[in-house]
Amino acid sequence: MKLLNKSLIYLSVSLFFVIGLWTVVFYFNMFREIKESIDEGLENYKRQIIYQAQKDPTILNKKTFAEGFFAIREISQAQAVAMTDTYTDTIMLMQDADDEAPEPEPVRLLKTAFENHGKYYELRVINSMVEEDDLVKELFREALGLYLLLIAIIIFINNFVLQRLWKPFYSFLNQLKKYRIGNKFPEVKTETQEFNDLQKAVTILLQRNAETYEQQKQFIGNASHELQTPLAIATNKLELLIEKGNLQPEQAENIAETINIIERLVRLNKSLLLLTKIENNQFLDNKTVSFNEVVKQSVNDLEEIADYKNVTISVSETSELTAHMNLSLAYAVVSNLLRNAVFHNTENGTVTVTISEKAITIRNTGSKTPISETQLFSRFHKTESNTNGTGLGLAIVKAICDLYEFPIVYRFENDLHCFELRIK
Amino acid sequence: MKILIVEDEPALLKTLVDSLTKEYFVIETANDFYSAEEKMELYDYDCILLDIMLPNGSGLQLLEQLKKAGKQGNVIIISAKDSLDDKLKGLELGADDYLTKPFHIAELNARIKAVIRRNQLDGKNTIEIANTVLDLKERTFVVNNTIVPLNRKEFDILNYFLLNKNRLVTKTALAEHVWGDNTDQADNYDFIYYQIKNLRKKLTEAKAEIEIEAVYGIGYKLTEQ
Repeated sequence: MKLLNKSLIYLSVSLFFVIGLWTVVFYFNMFREIKESIDEGLENYKRQIIYQAQKDPTILNKKTFAEGFFAIREISQAQAVAMTDTYTDTIMLMQDADDEAPEPEPVRLLKTAFENHGKYYELRVINSMVEEDDLVKELFREALGLYLLLIAIIIFINNFVLQRLWKPFYSFLNQLKKYRIGNKFPEVKTETQEFNDLQKAVTILLQRNAETYEQQKQFIGNASHELQTPLAIATNKLELLIEKGNLQPEQAENIAETINIIERLVRLNKSLLLLTKIENNQFLDNKTVSFNEVVKQSVNDLEEIADYKNVTISVSETSELTAHMNLSLAYAVVSNLLRNAVFHNTENGTVTVTISEKAITIRNTGSKTPISETQLFSRFHKTESNTNGTGLGLAIVKAICDLYEFPIVYRFENDLHCFELRIK
Repeated sequence: MKILIVEDEPALLKTLVDSLTKEYFVIETANDFYSAEEKMELYDYDCILLDIMLPNGSGLQLLEQLKKAGKQGNVIIISAKDSLDDKLKGLELGADDYLTKPFHIAELNARIKAVIRRNQLDGKNTIEIANTVLDLKERTFVVNNTIVPLNRKEFDILNYFLLNKNRLVTKTALAEHVWGDNTDQADNYDFIYYQIKNLRKKLTEAKAEIEIEAVYGIGYKLTEQ
């Protein structure tokens, strides 16, 4: 879930409770306010009625509410003295303008006592009050309206304001996603301190990473490189020793074995160096390479080996296929794939190379079980323990394909191992 | 034939001297920049084997000086650096060949001879041994004045053996020379045996007075009968 939506959810949930609570508090406050104001009005009426009664005693005869909003009843002095002003809520049958028949309506009632020309009276004054359920309904509608309005505003702010604020962050994130070691470090211009801090932290991290990678690369490069001369000396010395002759067959055999081991080391070393160089992007002289030509030449180089292993290599071309790349790397890809297909083959097996407009497909017979694709291209992955190969052939293929962004896919179909190299 | 070897690693220098002495070359050595500079200024050599990374300086610098002095050196660069840049720069500066360490003795031998032959004034481009003639220009093989047809690889194999007469040629060295450098997965070189068998058959049928003999299962040696 995006940050924007997340903040929207938090805000709408908390706003819901805030506005709900506010509505309840507001309702009670308003209701109290209304009552106070009605009470003041009643008090006012009371004074006017008492004042009027002194001038016009007929008022004192209004014994019920039938004619007006007050009723007067004579009481004893003792009762009058004991009475204090009381306000109460009560229900009365009343007929409003919009009512057909009288209905019970909430009213506020003031009960008080007064003295007029030595007589004591009880006065009750009423005033119709606001209907509670109407008020609640109205208030609920208003609160809901306010809530929806606020949400709409928040969405607006989120989308237009926050998105603007977060823009540097998303731009930074996108750059970071595309970042590969060796590229320029991701960078955005922003005034926001947090983003600047983030940028600094990430840059430091990337720098450290790049340095480690660089050191590692250099180490492999240097190690392989420094091994070259001692390996040269060892091979050459043993070659000279064999050349000298006068060896017991057993001694010669041992020396031959040692030479083989050293040669394996040399191959391993060369492959590691090649890998390092591919990853260092040290092959720069790209030109248009015809894969038809490269395949032809590589098949030619492999002819004798394939013959010896009783493997038939056939090539079918439906189109001319070219790519812009380094020639020796093109040879490395094709010849490694072909060698792989020949060496991991069976007696009387076949290797079929198909060159189409967009891809080279190499199919070969071999073991009846598919190989796991994740392990296939990893370094030093070997399927058979008895091979003398370096286990780097397909890793080299993969590295070159990655360098030029050619997708390479392995499939196992119809009992054939199939490598497809797609050229853009 | 006088050869100067410029190499700072004593053990390698010694094996190179040992190996090239067998070819009856006159050999001089230099193990740092200054001694190499001095020798190159004072004498002329038929071939100079030049290491690039030397104490006190670079082999490429020596090459430049040699070129400025107008000396034809037949320089073969021997370097642990398999960098294309160095290779191109070296060849641009007038080096005749570039060999990356580690190399087989047979390969170095073949390269030296090829370089010397290429720069010989008579322009003769044939190798003559016993009753055989290998013409590198026409790519033909003649025994007793009759042409023996060889396919491309048989010709390359024979050429390699002739350049390394009486010397051990290991199967690996042969495979790398004839079948290219990408032999990463060649788990065995048994297939070479069949190639050699065919070649031997052709040599015997043509009554060539040279033969290819196996050496302890690790390689072969071409000798005159």
